[in-house]
Amino acid sequence: MENKSKTGFMLERRAVVHRILRDRGEAAVVTGIGNAVHDVASAGDNEKNMYLAGVMGGAVMVAFGIALGQLERRVLVITGDGELLAGIGSLAIIGVEKPKNLSIIVIDNEAYGATGNQQTHTGRGVDLVGIAKASGISNASLITNPLELEKGIPSFFQDPGPYFSVVKVGTKSSPRINAPKDGTYVSRRFRAAMTGKNF
Amino acid sequence: MAKNFSKDWHWSQDVHRLFKKIKIKQVAYVPDNGLAKLIDLCIANSSIRSVVLTSEEEGVAQMAGAWLGGQRGVLLTQSGGVGNCINMLSMMQECRIPLLAIVSMRGEWGETFPWQVPMGQSTIPALEAAKVIVHQIDIAEGVTETVSAAAKLAFDSNRAVAVVVSQRITQSGVRG
Repeated sequence: MENKSKTGFMLERRAVVHRILRDRGEAAVVTGIGNAVHDVASAGDNEKNMYLAGVMGGAVMVAFGIALGQLERRVLVITGDGELLAGIGSLAIIGVEKPKNLSIIVIDNEAYGATGNQQTHTGRGVDLVGIAKASGISNASLITNPLELEKGIPSFFQDPGPYFSVVKVGTKSSPRINAPKDGTYVSRRFRAAMTGKNF
Repeated sequence: MAKNFSKDWHWSQDVHRLFKKIKIKQVAYVPDNGLAKLIDLCIANSSIRSVVLTSEEEGVAQMAGAWLGGQRGVLLTQSGGVGNCINMLSMMQECRIPLLAIVSMRGEWGETFPWQVPMGQSTIPALEAAKVIVHQIDIAEGVTETVSAAAKLAFDSNRAVAVVVSQRITQSGVRG
């Protein structure tokens, strides 16, 4: 039991994600695997959501590929600390390429929430904001309370990208919901919403 | 039509021209000797965003995003990088998203460096296990035609396709 994470962070992940998405406008949202899928889908299913229910470590690079073709639109990654750590090299790419319309929001519970809350590296001292900044993503912030969250949300959508934020949350996860899980359906619906063309 | 393949001709020039013709906008790569000329041509082309990766699976994810956002991309990788891509390729299969990859082989024709052989020999079985359609080519004059056919299969029929370019063409790791 000793590697089970019990963080004392006050913010609750689902409420945080719902609050962020209230201001999304026309933004595209790419989720990482795990709780992020359910947190985003439970805010209301949306054709501009790309739920990645697999490919751990791929969320940032999928969003980057989208962002290059959707320059007029903000592309937001909502993912967990475990998922981001699995694709940590992506931050080096984003720091070099500097896509202006990409924001990466890490819902950091310091735990692998989908598999029993085993502690991740962020609970053992690894600083994702530090890694982002050292990779060249200078606009990077740490959010630990509701005031900082309210102050940060306009930046997620309006600051010149790439933008990076870690939101520290408790380990409690809300119930899973019936998020669309068929990849072919979700991806075609998403692409049509991006391009205005069915094919 | 007969084509004059002069001494200065390199298949990379024709493949790069094809990229422009079929509107490739994103190229993701990990540097490799066998693809170096093609990578340099792409980097020099301002209508293509050339992105250097830290590991090949990032490029698979980027290519999925390229399609989702309405663009076409190509992944350029050495055979050694194919092993890194396997889990990420599940996105192409589950979502039926196109992938066009050009894979330069090591560990097969005339390889002189033994550490390249294991992954080289696993490359095609690994791609096929991940449901990527493989087009192999071992003659320089046929590379462009093969990439052109693979691009149609990928982007018009929404399939993951890899053009596997033999060491016989690149002579990478084949000492004379």
